[in-house]
Amino acid sequence: MSKGGLNYRLVIFFIAIVFGVGFSLPTFLQTNKGSKISLGLDLQGGLHMLLGVKTDEAIKSKMKSIASSVKFFTDNNDIVIDELRISGELVTFTLLDGDEEKNLDAMLKKIQGLQVKKEKLRYTLSLSNSEKVATKKFAISQAVETIRNRLDQFGLSEPNVAKQGVDKILVELPGIKTIEQEKRARELIAKAAHLQLMAIDEKRADQANSMSEYEAASYGDIILPDSRNPQQKHIVKSVPILDGSMLTDAKVGFSNMNQPVINFTLNSEGAKIFGDYTAKNVGNHLAIVLDNLVYSAPVIRERIGGGSGQISGGFSVKEAHDVAIALRSGALLAPVKLLEKRSVGPSLGADSIKASMLALITGFVLVFLFMIVYYGMAGLIADIALLVNLFLVIAIMALFGATLTLPGMAGIVLTVGMAVDANVIINERIRELFREGKSVAQAVEKGYANAMSAILDANITTLIAAVVLYAYGTGPIKGFAVTMSIGILASMLTAILGTHGIYQYLMPIIDRSKSLPFWFGVRRSK
Amino acid sequence: MQIFSKDKTYNFMGKSNIFISVSIVLILASYFFLYTKGLNYGIDFSGGTVVQVKYDKKAPIKQIRKSITKEKAFSNATITEFGSPNEVIIRFSTTSGNVSTDAGDRIKGLLKGTGNFEIRRVDIVGPKVGGELREKGIMAMVMSILAILIYVGFRFEWRFAVASVMALVHDISIAMGAIAFFQVDVNLDVLAALLTLLGYSLNDTIIVFDRIREGITQTKDLNLFNVINDSVSKTLSRTILTSLTTFFVILTLFLLGGEIIYSFSFTLLVGIIVGTYSSVFVASPMLKWLGFDLKDYKAKQVAKEKRRIEREKMRAQYEKGMM
Repeated sequence: MSKGGLNYRLVIFFIAIVFGVGFSLPTFLQTNKGSKISLGLDLQGGLHMLLGVKTDEAIKSKMKSIASSVKFFTDNNDIVIDELRISGELVTFTLLDGDEEKNLDAMLKKIQGLQVKKEKLRYTLSLSNSEKVATKKFAISQAVETIRNRLDQFGLSEPNVAKQGVDKILVELPGIKTIEQEKRARELIAKAAHLQLMAIDEKRADQANSMSEYEAASYGDIILPDSRNPQQKHIVKSVPILDGSMLTDAKVGFSNMNQPVINFTLNSEGAKIFGDYTAKNVGNHLAIVLDNLVYSAPVIRERIGGGSGQISGGFSVKEAHDVAIALRSGALLAPVKLLEKRSVGPSLGADSIKASMLALITGFVLVFLFMIVYYGMAGLIADIALLVNLFLVIAIMALFGATLTLPGMAGIVLTVGMAVDANVIINERIRELFREGKSVAQAVEKGYANAMSAILDANITTLIAAVVLYAYGTGPIKGFAVTMSIGILASMLTAILGTHGIYQYLMPIIDRSKSLPFWFGVRRSK
Repeated sequence: MQIFSKDKTYNFMGKSNIFISVSIVLILASYFFLYTKGLNYGIDFSGGTVVQVKYDKKAPIKQIRKSITKEKAFSNATITEFGSPNEVIIRFSTTSGNVSTDAGDRIKGLLKGTGNFEIRRVDIVGPKVGGELREKGIMAMVMSILAILIYVGFRFEWRFAVASVMALVHDISIAMGAIAFFQVDVNLDVLAALLTLLGYSLNDTIIVFDRIREGITQTKDLNLFNVINDSVSKTLSRTILTSLTTFFVILTLFLLGGEIIYSFSFTLLVGIIVGTYSSVFVASPMLKWLGFDLKDYKAKQVAKEKRRIEREKMRAQYEKGMM
């Protein structure tokens, strides 16, 4: 009746063992080749941030650049306009030359998504709703791209920048070692890197420190502080000559005084605008403005061709380096704000690994011994399945490139406790059948059959809870749900199929020995 | 080795009133504590900042408090020992949306002069995110209970589903009562623990229900009490064993897993005990309370079987007709 020997269950189980051990080796040995489990930020230390994007600012800055183009166009074509103003999401101006109306309208028509309202020759420009939505959307994807570029150049290993939800950005930086390094990375991320070349209002330059912002606005000016001495103010025209979007390169250099400076280069369009402007404004001051601070305001001595310029303003070498990265990667169209931050020092991560490994090993040994004491060889067979289950969980996680977090570790520990459940159910069924006087082979086969529906229903319900946890969980909780689910699925393979195969293989030996206490930890009752 | 003797049937149903009373008292006590003491929400749900600082010797808590509360934004900060006397947790409800300078940087400045320390962790959760996390947490709970209700209703019968969900509510209530009583910090990991508990306790209950379902079809006994007693007794050693192995690992997590995982393991530790209790003593009597009727159920099963045979007959005839 009991044939023993190889059977398909055992073969599958062997494949599972080879698969599990093979694919978990890279993780255990931490080899360079092969996919392995990476440690979550809570275990290896690092910075996790969720950023929001102030998308309203993107619309304002878009309106600003529209104002710049209007000014450039009218200056170039000798069209006289007056009272060009930016107020929030609106740009207003008055056209003085009625003859040029057609010309100007044609130019405005070319700007995508622009709504033009006219009361006689008084123009009010705004963005259409769909353009606003598109601008906001673009600001987010541009922020993701820009932050990613900056962090790539910053030189940290494996930074991760991704859009999350509709308007959030997830930034993960493993491998941050010190709080100083973390701060530098945060500053680099948050830097708007908004470079503007602006005209000093020569008529009112001497009133910069006394004039109110409100009064300045009435002249179409804004007041900006100096980078070195924020008490000192500059009064500049609110419509910039050009901005950093026309920048092609930025590099750290050194000035004559051996101070670090940033040399930037403009693209051909920017170079033309810059050349034209400087040619017309010899003798006036030009303000170089970065993130709303005036770094310098030199006098224009002659036309500046070639489109290159310099930002100097008392940087340290590190700062200059980071500013250059930020300028090269482009400006953030909209500033970012911190919604959530988790930062874990590497030593804390190491402590967590130690503690959870200790718990895992202790728990495993306890369960291992308990099963043998209670079930004899049947317990040992269940233990083998448990061990293979552990390997499988690690192998599958490694193959998916999953990240192991602290809750994930807890999930694995918990799996150890729960994975033997199937074998407990089966063994109890087998013992019951012994009591009914069934032979060993009959008891084993029927035991598996009887236990199946309970095991399936129980595992599926737990799986449902794990899937919901994954769907609604965030961050590390997802990791917990993943390890739990993989553990449950793997346990079906090892604890049900695998152990069944082992029994079938050993059946002739069990039959011959007739020792139920040794094999199943019970005596046959009379 | 064997814990429970072979064929003995325990009379659980006979004493079900006692068990249910115990449960009701525990649940009432839990709601009392939830109401009076309340849940101690951690920053994940309430928003706020946590800074974990480790000193190279005993942390000078008084001095730390003095230096930090100097700054107005941190005047409501609480400072507590964390895991060892060298380590403290500084917690306050204020957050700032500034990316480049955050509370960790400022705390570091304020703590200068209190000794040699290392800032090991800075967690900041903005109020909006905290609210979102709480919403998502409640959603997760409700969704998984619904999904389970549907699955069990489909696999068994609606009374089984309702009984198992009532057992779940029982377990979660008591576990939350214990969390309120011991003022454990409620963070995302506690939510994960509660959801795990949900799955675990249900697992236990389903195994018993599966046996009851099997008992119903196999015996001619029409007394629900007997069928339940018999089934619960038969699954008793399994219930206890699995609970024991799971309890072992949770206990090791609780004792060895470190302070960071404390609230998670605490919740599960309480949960496993209540979950095991409920699947043995609470879920099954619920069936009777919900008016589960053996004759009715059997009649329905027979009718279902009849319909199935009927359908097969029709199909056979139809196929014959086609030929």
